[in-house]
Amino acid sequence: MQLGLRIAKRLGVFSVSLLGASLLIFAITQALPGDVAQVLLGTDATPEAVAQLRAQLGLDRPWLVQYLDWIGGILTGDFGVSHLSGDAVVSLLLPRLAVTMWLVGFAMFGSLLLAVPAGMIAALKRRSWQGILVSASAQVGMAIPVFWGGILAVVIFAVWLRWLPANGYVPLTQNPASWAAHLVLPVLTLSAVQAAVLIRYVRSAFVEVLNEDYYRTARSIGWTPMRALFRHGLRNVAISLVTVLGLQVSSVLVGAIVIESVFSLPGLGSLLMTAVAQRDLLVVQGTVMFLVLAVLAISALVDFSYLLIDPRQRTGREA
Amino acid sequence: MSFADRLRLPKSGLVKAIAVMLGLTLGFGLGGCTTGNPASTNPTRTLKVGATLEPASMDAWHNTAAAIPQVLLYNVYETLVKVDADGQIRPLLAQAWEVSPDRLTYSFHLNPAAKFASGAPVDAAAVVANINRMKADPKLTETLKAQLAIVTGAAVVGEREVEIKLSRPSLMWLYDMTTSVGMMLDPAFTGDVASATAGSGPYAFKAHDKGQSVTLVANNAYWGTPARFDEVVFRYYADPNAENAAMLSGDLDIVSSLQAPDALSQFSDTTRFTTINGTTNGEVVLGFNHSKKALSNLKVRQALTMAINRRELIDTVWNGQGTLIGSMAVPTDPWFEDLSGTNAYNPTQAKKLLKEAGYGDGLTLRLRVPVIPYAVKSAQFVASQLRDVGVTVKVEELDFTRWLSEVFTNGDYDLTIVGHTEPRDFPKFANPKYYWRYDSKKFQQLYQAADVTPDDAKAVAGMKASLRYLADDAAAIWLFDLPNLVITKNTITGLPANASSISFDLTSIASR
Repeated sequence: MQLGLRIAKRLGVFSVSLLGASLLIFAITQALPGDVAQVLLGTDATPEAVAQLRAQLGLDRPWLVQYLDWIGGILTGDFGVSHLSGDAVVSLLLPRLAVTMWLVGFAMFGSLLLAVPAGMIAALKRRSWQGILVSASAQVGMAIPVFWGGILAVVIFAVWLRWLPANGYVPLTQNPASWAAHLVLPVLTLSAVQAAVLIRYVRSAFVEVLNEDYYRTARSIGWTPMRALFRHGLRNVAISLVTVLGLQVSSVLVGAIVIESVFSLPGLGSLLMTAVAQRDLLVVQGTVMFLVLAVLAISALVDFSYLLIDPRQRTGREA
Repeated sequence: MSFADRLRLPKSGLVKAIAVMLGLTLGFGLGGCTTGNPASTNPTRTLKVGATLEPASMDAWHNTAAAIPQVLLYNVYETLVKVDADGQIRPLLAQAWEVSPDRLTYSFHLNPAAKFASGAPVDAAAVVANINRMKADPKLTETLKAQLAIVTGAAVVGEREVEIKLSRPSLMWLYDMTTSVGMMLDPAFTGDVASATAGSGPYAFKAHDKGQSVTLVANNAYWGTPARFDEVVFRYYADPNAENAAMLSGDLDIVSSLQAPDALSQFSDTTRFTTINGTTNGEVVLGFNHSKKALSNLKVRQALTMAINRRELIDTVWNGQGTLIGSMAVPTDPWFEDLSGTNAYNPTQAKKLLKEAGYGDGLTLRLRVPVIPYAVKSAQFVASQLRDVGVTVKVEELDFTRWLSEVFTNGDYDLTIVGHTEPRDFPKFANPKYYWRYDSKKFQQLYQAADVTPDDAKAVAGMKASLRYLADDAAAIWLFDLPNLVITKNTITGLPANASSISFDLTSIASR
């Protein structure tokens, strides 16, 4: 019963947040100076022609009408049509979504692969040079802007060593090997930058575990520090790790937008940048709405995942 | 001892899974560089061209984006006549043409071999159908409408002879016919020109991978010299650094236009790269808003022109690359002459003129520029030099679309800087509604008289006189002509030095 209530509450918050976001997104895009009619007609257009095209595209209608039209469409799965290319916004979004999804998914996974072992070492060896080295590297990693990291990776692996393509994208269905080759550098860059942030959380969470009674008990029955940390520590650390990861998703998405530009990946980020520059407002609104939806859905998933990780949350009892 | 042993990690399933995944990722990745390299997956003879502006569609008739004719003109769609790298008009679909003595009738003799990719002939009826189609299209872009406005009709004279009549003589009209307005579409084509093509050129449109590339394939039925590549891929980069990196790593064959000349040094290895440095149609214009009181004063405009050392500007902001022009014409124009000596750099005289104009105590101007590298960099330089003669310049940077709406359309500015990349565009100064709001009856008369002059040589002389008038009248400050900086692999040949047309003309390019 309590569980059902919690889920219902969470869904309520989710819907209200989405509605609020849609209003905010619409208001901000409408406030952008410049308009797509001028972009479409070019520099030889007369003001009358621009006004006529604005009317044709429905851009001269009251804001409320435009908003209701847009949000009504979204509820039925219709995100509208790009003014610039005439393509349905959804048909523009979906292929781009796949690219961003691979990038963000692999980067999150990669950052965990890097951060968990490194954070453990940093915690266990925190008083020796290895631990200090890991912590110092994480500090340096956090100070590196993601675009700079990307450029560095391109220069080393694509321009000097010529091991990997410098940029671009090939769909998985077209050529799996080429697809993977094109994703390696962007994923590595994004993973490394995110891992640098995560390492600090992992380290402090494991340092806490080292002071727990269950850890001492495990050590006293002869378990190695790593075994004790893996068997008992990991699950306890998982809660805070998942929380941080949930929060990180939005920053990974922002990082992905930058990385897509550095590596010329045709993802949501590059779609958004072009659409903003050309004031293709329905594409901008659709893309941002999609990103908001993704972030909200992930934070809801994070909430639910507590229930899976921590049995105490399912029963409402404290251990 | 393994890494896991050293860390005393339990060799659990988790660790094994991680190891397998890491191995797979790396294996895939590195495997990809040998088998996944785009060059090896494509058929033979692929040319990869890097560019920065991606077209939204393939429809050049209803979309003004220059990125469309860059890909399609001469490569996919052909015109009756084309412009060569020296700015001369040459035969293409028409092998010869005559102009009547009153210059109102043009007779074009079409090449008997010319045919569309479908196999249908490019005959007189097809040309007439194209002109009539465009004239009847209410949604045609304003640019094309204006270029067609003086065409009163087109008629079939013989199977391969077509006559086009104009309402008044125009030296410019035949030049216009070398651009998008002259592109011949197969009249039998019923598909959507936004996503398919039906031209007579050596290439046909294959695919537009949105956000990435446009691919052309050889038209095997081409009537002229066969295409030298099976496939040409235009790859688009929002970030110029990414484009340069792709060139350096060998992913591209050509960088069609280097976005910043300071990147030139990256391609200094002459064993790998060739640098082409010529002229373009892009005049970087510091425009005055003539509707503002101070700027309607000739002395002020002359003073501002004299306050800026344009040679030094090119050296400072554009690495010394670019040509001094001094008026609204570029070296490939038949009426070009270097007028940069008019109102030449002379800060002392500039101060004197400002004083005479009543601005001896200072003048404040808003310089609103789009965020484009040459404009932003030039703006800083201009502000600093104008400060030296007592003019305070407030620089504002706007993104291009905002600039288009506020500066270009609404005229909300005093000074602005932008590159005018359309070919032969100085007649814009004859339009008082254009964003400069330059309303000089004298210039309008000079230009119109030159355009309708029946004799070519005299017409060109008339154009020169009108351009000299613009320079004398300090109608704007022509900072420089943007250089055509193209980087190619050493194996690529045949690219002209000058970009005299809006097309990235593939027809002369070959690979060794």
